[in-house]
Amino acid sequence: MELVEAIILSVLAASTPLLIAATGELVTERSGVLNLGVEGMMIVGAACGFAGAWLTGSIFIGALFGIAAGTLMSLIFALMALGLAVNQVATGLALTILGVGLSGLIGAGFVGERITPAAHLHIPGVTDIPLFGRVLFGEDGFVYVSIALVIGVSWFLYRTRAGLILRACGDNHASAHALGYPVLRIRTFAVMFGGACAGLAGAYLPLAYTPFFIPGMTAGRGWIALALVVFSSWRPGRLVVGAYLFGAVTILQLHAQGWGVGIPSQFMSALPYLATVVVLVLISRARSGGSTAPAALGTVFVPDR
Amino acid sequence: MSKSLLALAAGLLLAGSISAASAADKLKVGFIYLGPIGDLGWTYQHDQGRLALVKELGDKIETTYLENVPEGPDAERSIEQLVRAGNKLIFTTSFGYMDPTLKVAKKYPNVHFEHATGYKRNPNMSTYSAKWWQGRYIQGLIAAKMSKTGVLGYIGSFPIPEVVSGINATMLAAQTINPNIKVKIIWANTWFDPGKEADAAKALIDQGADIIMQHTDSPAAMQIASERGKLAFGQDSEMIKFGPKTQLTSILDTWGPYYIERVKAELAGTWKSEDSWGGLDSHMFAMAPYTNMPDEVKKMAEDAQAAIISGKLHPFKCPIVGQDGKPVECKGGDHLDDGQILGMNFYVKGIDDKLPGK
Repeated sequence: MELVEAIILSVLAASTPLLIAATGELVTERSGVLNLGVEGMMIVGAACGFAGAWLTGSIFIGALFGIAAGTLMSLIFALMALGLAVNQVATGLALTILGVGLSGLIGAGFVGERITPAAHLHIPGVTDIPLFGRVLFGEDGFVYVSIALVIGVSWFLYRTRAGLILRACGDNHASAHALGYPVLRIRTFAVMFGGACAGLAGAYLPLAYTPFFIPGMTAGRGWIALALVVFSSWRPGRLVVGAYLFGAVTILQLHAQGWGVGIPSQFMSALPYLATVVVLVLISRARSGGSTAPAALGTVFVPDR
Repeated sequence: MSKSLLALAAGLLLAGSISAASAADKLKVGFIYLGPIGDLGWTYQHDQGRLALVKELGDKIETTYLENVPEGPDAERSIEQLVRAGNKLIFTTSFGYMDPTLKVAKKYPNVHFEHATGYKRNPNMSTYSAKWWQGRYIQGLIAAKMSKTGVLGYIGSFPIPEVVSGINATMLAAQTINPNIKVKIIWANTWFDPGKEADAAKALIDQGADIIMQHTDSPAAMQIASERGKLAFGQDSEMIKFGPKTQLTSILDTWGPYYIERVKAELAGTWKSEDSWGGLDSHMFAMAPYTNMPDEVKKMAEDAQAAIISGKLHPFKCPIVGQDGKPVECKGGDHLDDGQILGMNFYVKGIDDKLPGK
């Protein structure tokens, strides 16, 4: 029983950065912008988040630093891809390369330092309930924020007028523009939200997951977040399934190796990717069928003034 | 148009050769690194070696390094880049650079190459590595003494001989202390992903391991062991900062002396293609101070280290029994020979797991 609880705890910790970053990117893409710079924004968020926490001694301020850094990075993207209408794919890739370099520079002075990781919730009596006590009431703040974030985004996209307008920009920017909506401003906000989430997701790594900073510590999680958005067919609900499934298979394959089940470890390492792709494709085929990508995703929009 | 382009190209070439000529009095030495130099592990230690080299021979040489160079075919471009920049001795510091280095070496016979941890050589390409399994043997002795559960947790990177020989050396040593010792092995299939290394350490501890050993590069596993109140061994570099009450010892890669020796040979014109495989005796690596253990365990570790250095103790002393219960052929007299260790692709008896790919 304790082992089951331990596994669930590890799964939640492994999935949380993916979920946060992917939720942000989902909003960005729903507005019609493809920002491939998630990895770059994450790693800068990680470096700045650690720097903030180390300098102030506060995990909360560290997280704010991460969010600010991610947002600033996304503004570079917005300036290029929206303001100057540069190709979004190229800009996003450049943003990742920039982010990897920049984070090394920012983090150079902090390599080898350590901080006290984010505290976990503890409600006497409740957190100690076996099996689900720690899972539900003993997580760090980031886990609760990630869940609130997905619920909030889902509500925003499907239950508010602003969400409807944002989706309209993503599906047909010309019509949205004709109706008088400021497409580029809306997209800029969506890009900034994506950057803020990526920065927070990045900050989660040195603030809660492994409490030190090392260049390159995101190790491709930004790319996985991007893939999750596609395979969730741009729906927050499926994103949750995808992120937790990916985390679960990642952790379970490690445990399976420890138990010595004798399946080649190379295959086991590929399993999270395989399982997530297969399950999400099956879900989207069963429900709607066909592509559900925002119709204007990745296309440049220059308003005629 | 094409003529003026040609003239421009010729001019550039000339300019290039002039600048190379003016710098020719200093020997240019290049390094290719797998990770960032701030990785606190493998690449960091290679860069410490480079810095030692600069300190010793800085007035005669000029060093350049390229970090974050991915393994595989892509590395070829980076190595060629160093060649074109005028480097005459190039160290490529990861196993996966083997074929790219060989390819570039064949193309540029006048440039000398040094490839770490590989086995392919050329008249202008040496290989160098360290007998880390000697250190792993000492760790195995300590682990068996210090474990309360009798279960060791081992995080591997890739199932290559270097890592497999480390696991076997650990277990052979541990079995001399506790014949029933168990090891749980998790392959991360990466050298560097702090998150995944941490997850693997958590999984091993959750499954009952109380000593964490790693053959991956980041201090994440040490950090998790420290958080959970377990013990662990560092890797490549000193990791005691991440587990002041956790680190038992660490294998420290100390490349400096080798780099200095090879560059001196290059300067003297005596550089030859060689295969250097140094152990504790040749200072190719060192053991971090033995900490967080009782004095008698510390003494046992120090004695074993002295015995390995003097040659009295060989970690792969025969008979060595494979998982199938059959003794392994003993090509080195009373111990396995270097070739058998370099190509090790079997587990010894007592490891309840299957080697991936077997």
